Amino acid sequence: MSSRERRPRSLREVVFVDGVRTPFGKAGPKGVYAETRADDLVVRCIRELLRRNPSLPPERVDEVAIAATTQNGDQGLTIGRTAALLAGLPTSVPGYAVDRMCAGAMTAVTTTASGIAFGAYDVAIAGGVEHMGHHPMGEGADPNPRFSSEKLVDGSALVMGSTAENLHDRFPHLTKERADVFALASQQKYAKAVANGQIGPELVPVAIRSAEAGWGLATVDEPPRPNTTLDGLATLKTPFRPHGHVTAGNAAGLNDGATGCLLAAEEVAEELGLPVGMRLVGYGFAGVEPEVMGVGPVPSTVKALERTGLSIDDIGLFELNEAFAVQVLAFLDHFGIADDDERVNPWGGAIAVGHPLASSGVRLMTQLTRQFAERPDVRYGLTAMCIGLGMGGTVIWENPNWSGARTEEASA
Amino acid sequence: MSAGFEDEVVTRALVRYLTVPGIAGEFALITLDNGHDHTRPSTFGPAGLASLDTALDEIAARSPAPAAIAVTGKPFVFAVGADLSGVPSITSATDARQIAETGHRVFRRLKDSPVPTFAFVNGVALGGGLELALHCHHRTIATTAAVAFPEVFLGLVPGWGGTQLLPNLVGIDAAVTVIVENALAQNKVTSASRAARTGIADALFEPADFLERSLEWAAGVLTGDVAVTRPEVDRGAWDDAIARARAVVAGRTRNASPGALRAVELLDLARNGVGEEAFSAGTAAEDDALTDLLMSDELRASLYSFDLVNKRAKRPAGAPDRKLARKVTKVGVVGAGLMASQLALLLVRRLEVPVVLTDVDQARVDKGVGYVHGELDELAARGRLSPDALNRLRGLVTGSLSTDVFVDADLVIEAVFEELSVKQQVFAEVEAVVSAECVLATNTSALSVTAMAAKLEHPERVVGLHFFNPVAVLPLLEVVRAEQTDDATLATAFAVGTALRKSCVLVADAPAFVVNRLLTRFLGVVTAAVDAGTPVAVAERALEPLGLPMTPFELLSLVGPPVALHVAERMHEAFPDRFVVGEGLRRMVELGKASVFSEPGVVDSDLAGIDAGDSPLTEEQLRADAEQALAEEIGLMLDEGVVQAVQDIDLCMVLGAGWPFWLGGISAYLDRAGVSEAVTGRRFLPRGVASLPA
Repeated sequence: MSSRERRPRSLREVVFVDGVRTPFGKAGPKGVYAETRADDLVVRCIRELLRRNPSLPPERVDEVAIAATTQNGDQGLTIGRTAALLAGLPTSVPGYAVDRMCAGAMTAVTTTASGIAFGAYDVAIAGGVEHMGHHPMGEGADPNPRFSSEKLVDGSALVMGSTAENLHDRFPHLTKERADVFALASQQKYAKAVANGQIGPELVPVAIRSAEAGWGLATVDEPPRPNTTLDGLATLKTPFRPHGHVTAGNAAGLNDGATGCLLAAEEVAEELGLPVGMRLVGYGFAGVEPEVMGVGPVPSTVKALERTGLSIDDIGLFELNEAFAVQVLAFLDHFGIADDDERVNPWGGAIAVGHPLASSGVRLMTQLTRQFAERPDVRYGLTAMCIGLGMGGTVIWENPNWSGARTEEASA
Repeated sequence: MSAGFEDEVVTRALVRYLTVPGIAGEFALITLDNGHDHTRPSTFGPAGLASLDTALDEIAARSPAPAAIAVTGKPFVFAVGADLSGVPSITSATDARQIAETGHRVFRRLKDSPVPTFAFVNGVALGGGLELALHCHHRTIATTAAVAFPEVFLGLVPGWGGTQLLPNLVGIDAAVTVIVENALAQNKVTSASRAARTGIADALFEPADFLERSLEWAAGVLTGDVAVTRPEVDRGAWDDAIARARAVVAGRTRNASPGALRAVELLDLARNGVGEEAFSAGTAAEDDALTDLLMSDELRASLYSFDLVNKRAKRPAGAPDRKLARKVTKVGVVGAGLMASQLALLLVRRLEVPVVLTDVDQARVDKGVGYVHGELDELAARGRLSPDALNRLRGLVTGSLSTDVFVDADLVIEAVFEELSVKQQVFAEVEAVVSAECVLATNTSALSVTAMAAKLEHPERVVGLHFFNPVAVLPLLEVVRAEQTDDATLATAFAVGTALRKSCVLVADAPAFVVNRLLTRFLGVVTAAVDAGTPVAVAERALEPLGLPMTPFELLSLVGPPVALHVAERMHEAFPDRFVVGEGLRRMVELGKASVFSEPGVVDSDLAGIDAGDSPLTEEQLRADAEQALAEEIGLMLDEGVVQAVQDIDLCMVLGAGWPFWLGGISAYLDRAGVSEAVTGRRFLPRGVASLPA
């Protein structure tokens, strides 16, 4: 064994084994996680993934990539590494921190998945966290003055709500009423999915402490407003613009929460007896003008479709992050999909459940994998989200439970 | 009792009703939290018990009734037992009994609850905290938690159900270990894994998700998915275990601590089980014991001692501002004998700076360095040092024949032969090499530090650091301020002592300082009595009622007859009318005897006739003489200003001589026995400080 030929390069299939998340909370002093650390939320997710997949020896995890938009305090110190250590993973397991704002966890997945495909990892944990109560958006940011002096971006580009208002300007037919209708449906679909037990199994209960009230346990999402009505939505203030369109009702709130998922090379999943929730088909990220960042998922989806050779018609399920209703509507409008198409966010979205920035990407995936399990009629699904400073991210997945293979062959 | 203790830090019982996956109905979770962080653990005073009582009332009134009740603690702490700081305010047996009964009544609600009860022991659970947990139907424990019953160590009994519940949960033998043996072994705690193994806890979870897993486990118990299995309690084991407990108590306390004896009686009683009637009888007996003990001088003295060790020892009276201390980045040790080598080992382990040993020939130097390296290797072999730490520490310890190596030392300690002229010469040589700020310390046990410094250019840099043998074990360090010692030197000495994890006591440069002075005076009385004809056996038994950790001749052997003789001679020179040099002791040294006994209880035949005088004392007479001598000496030491207060003498005797808590070092006992007043015309401590209030 003194010298060997370099192993020939081969690409491997990557599978999404399992995903979990903490219940999402409302940011702020009254939220369930007001006195709970962000890194502890991540630790809960990592430990739960290991518990749910006991056939995975912890030392086989090759990477822990955890995203956070603000990387200081309880989200600092290279949170992928700190969370791995705090979760009790062996010291031999490395970790790192990821930031691509709202698409942090999504990027953690695509990056580690690429490492798996390339052969650098067998198994990886990817996830994200945002404790927006501890870390208000933009905390500590120091934008370069050239952004404004050279008019590189419009001043509104750094205020996400304003970028959503800008989308309404660009697409005047995407009215506030359409946004409110979409928002109401999100609340209703979410409530139904909870009642059906479709949302719930992926949640990791979290012990929450309050110095005043003692220990508690977070088991359900805090943000949803099941009693939302169209009339009620119509009366909400438009904080980003007088007589504007964007309200607290047709946008995701400010939230705390963490997500995590287990990714593996398909052959390694088989070796270790890990379940295959879905198979990664491809992904794409793309940039747009920062002041209309909400439209980002359109070019990223076009890119992902082109690179995978699929068309939008091949996609049977869409999990789109509802940072703002208008931004989802812009996506659907572009691809000619109806506002209420039942393939889209069938269990509701971030408008109901919340959007703890960097964590949300894995929530979309976890939700998609659970839908795949009950939808063998669907072959491909897509997770996509808009990203601050004008970006979009799209990941396309294949359903391993798809039963259409035979049918297709038969009809061919 | 409705009102709390004055200044009670109240542990509040905070109630939340949780939804726990897998069970219908609410889970009532009580968090014990005194509003401080983990450095101030939660305790139970009257107001704390009332808060728990109220919480249980509220839960009982909840409709529909919760599916379960659980108790847990604030982060890192479950609860550490009764609030002992309130004991001084207990002035009557009625008050004392009320404390006992209230704890029993409130905790019993968890035992008698029709709703299943759980304790989630997330952190340390001591005494009453553990008793609370034992009243619950089930217990989980975090791997980082620990449990213990420190009561017997303090001269109390676990008096809120512990003596009855524990043996009926884990068996009498294990209960004797926890309640009696561990308490009397420097308050040894039981680790969580051991607690789970022995059955104190039913399940063990890691701290990362302890509460989540505990709730999930509890839900499993409620649904029947989790079966709780406990070992059968062996009812036939009682007699042997109680006999073992009595032997432990006799060995460790000489039966002089009423608390330990009462604890054994209560454990004996626990053989009747914890059924309704038996438990009521058991807890009533605990009420009686607690009442008697709380209203005993011994317990008050114990709490005084506990306070000395935990508070006064950490804030030494008379120490200068710690900001004056100089940084110590290298230490020299003059002498490479056993004491010097032990010091070098301690210094390198705690300070982690270069330590250089010097001596007059290479063989001695090599032996000294070799000793330290060997001890470090030993620690590494036992897993107490990592390989990297071993490499680091070994590399820090070197030897030399020349004091030149002290040139950049910040502290040089001498541990050479106990002869003033030798030590003066050593310091003079060292001073020629070191900087003007380098602190020179002596480990002398009886010579004058002032005299040692007298001829130096900078006598203000000399200080005494009197360690006790074995250096690694005994926690006391007498810091000796000589006449010219300046504050920076003294502050550096205290800083080093603290870094060495010693309890420092400031003492004046008086002959033999505190511990050796009192022990020598005391041994002088005993050896004089033996010289006068008191049989060795009588002398050995005379002090038994005090429960000292060893007999006079055991002490002599531990100190070593040559050292004892040296100190006795020095003291005789200083105070010829009070300190005698025993003839028997001289003979032992001449014959090279390390002990008066050739085997336990048998006087060495070479020393026959050691007690052949014709004026023997009885045990009572000798004890009275010894007590009077101690009282006289303490009175003189206070008059001379050897220490800041008598509390420092007591602290020294507890930490340096291992004298028991229930004697309050010694002054509480001498006050209690009326000796101090008879000899000095005054009490050493006002009533109520280390005794029952007037």
